[in-house]
Amino acid sequence: MTNISVSSVFWSLIKRDIKLAWSQGGAAGMTLGFFLIAVTLFPLGIGPEASTLARIGPGTIWVISLLACLLSLDRLFQADFEDGSLDDLAFSPLSLELIVTAKAIAHWIATILPVILISPLLAALLNMPNLGYKMLILSLLIGTPALSFVGSIGAALTVALRRGGVLLTLLVLPLYIPTLIFGVGAVEAAISLTDPFPHLALTGAVSMISLIISPLASAAAIRLALE
Amino acid sequence: MHIFANPARFVRLANKILPWAIGVLALCLPYGLYLAIVASPPDYQQGDSVRIMYIHVPSAWMAMFTYMVMASASLAAIVWRHPLALIAGKAAAPIGATFTALALITGALWGKPMWGTYWVWDGRLTSVLILFFLYLGYMAIWQAMDDEETAGRAASILALVGVVNLPIIKFSVDWWNTLHQPASVIRLDGPTIHADLLGPLLWMAVAMKAYFIIVFLWRMKLEINKRKLAVLQMSVVNAHG
Repeated sequence: MTNISVSSVFWSLIKRDIKLAWSQGGAAGMTLGFFLIAVTLFPLGIGPEASTLARIGPGTIWVISLLACLLSLDRLFQADFEDGSLDDLAFSPLSLELIVTAKAIAHWIATILPVILISPLLAALLNMPNLGYKMLILSLLIGTPALSFVGSIGAALTVALRRGGVLLTLLVLPLYIPTLIFGVGAVEAAISLTDPFPHLALTGAVSMISLIISPLASAAAIRLALE
Repeated sequence: MHIFANPARFVRLANKILPWAIGVLALCLPYGLYLAIVASPPDYQQGDSVRIMYIHVPSAWMAMFTYMVMASASLAAIVWRHPLALIAGKAAAPIGATFTALALITGALWGKPMWGTYWVWDGRLTSVLILFFLYLGYMAIWQAMDDEETAGRAASILALVGVVNLPIIKFSVDWWNTLHQPASVIRLDGPTIHADLLGPLLWMAVAMKAYFIIVFLWRMKLEINKRKLAVLQMSVVNAHG
């Protein structure tokens, strides 16, 4: 048992979570579906006028990605908590900090990455100006890891609650605001032909800060739940 | 610090502080309000609406200060498992949320005559709104969990994560040059605000600090008594069990 290296457990945990997210009953497919439908509602609600849609395009896509992320977060630790595999994992050679990091990374790859990949298509439906596409994908790639990591704190805090989803929203959404502001700022800057780099750098800074803080906070919260 | 781990000793100390704090409040609040509303001159640009500042600025200071109290208590609760720390955090949160709401509301009322709008999405306003949401989240966790100890420590984790917001609030006025004015009282090269305005502002700030101490200690004593009562009730139930 002691021969199992930390990194092999880390990677196999990521692989396992990705597989689970895409297997039957997993959240990834449904999240993608939510993203598609929710973005489609905007032209229907606001009206199909092209210039209006172009104006709200980047913001809409960012906000809906944020909500899509939130939607899939409440089961991040809960399924493993309920069937006891989280207790098992806690006894693995991996520290709890690395376990929550692995699960957040897996969440990002399985759930958020597909959303990012499909976002240009939806941006086209929203008539977004051509200048914005590259920056939309880039800003989502750089910014959304913060959503998974910060979200993991909320998911860990509400893991033992039966109706944790609403509370999770209340806890996590305020912390998502900086990512949203800077991410949308980058796309808007690219569309208006100004320098998007400062916004992008701040988006990246938020992601990196969350990468440092959230494993510590999530692990502390999981420990609390496992006590 | 663990001297005050004994609730009885803490209550004795609180009872010693409370009369003084009440005295300071009784002195500073009427005098501060008199200066703010009657005695101080109207601003040459803003007229009488500058008087909103005497409520707005101290409330905003207290909103940040209370969060620091709550976060320090949360740190003490998680790191040292200090028995009174959870009670302190729980006691501070609603006071801080109220001060934050007061700062936001007075700011909106002041913004309407000065900026022509109740609300703008500038850095300072947005980050203070986030502070308000953090207070709500903290209190929501306390509400959501049955076990006091677990709830308190979960809420403490959120409070500590939220600390990143404090420097953002403080420096937002330097980072984003939008409507909210930069610091004019607490700055390295001395206050740039006129002395006629600074006087009532400081009286009000002391009054609000005293108010915080009073309500904070009251709420902590209340919580301690509640727990005593619960223990007594349990022992009665067990004795007749």
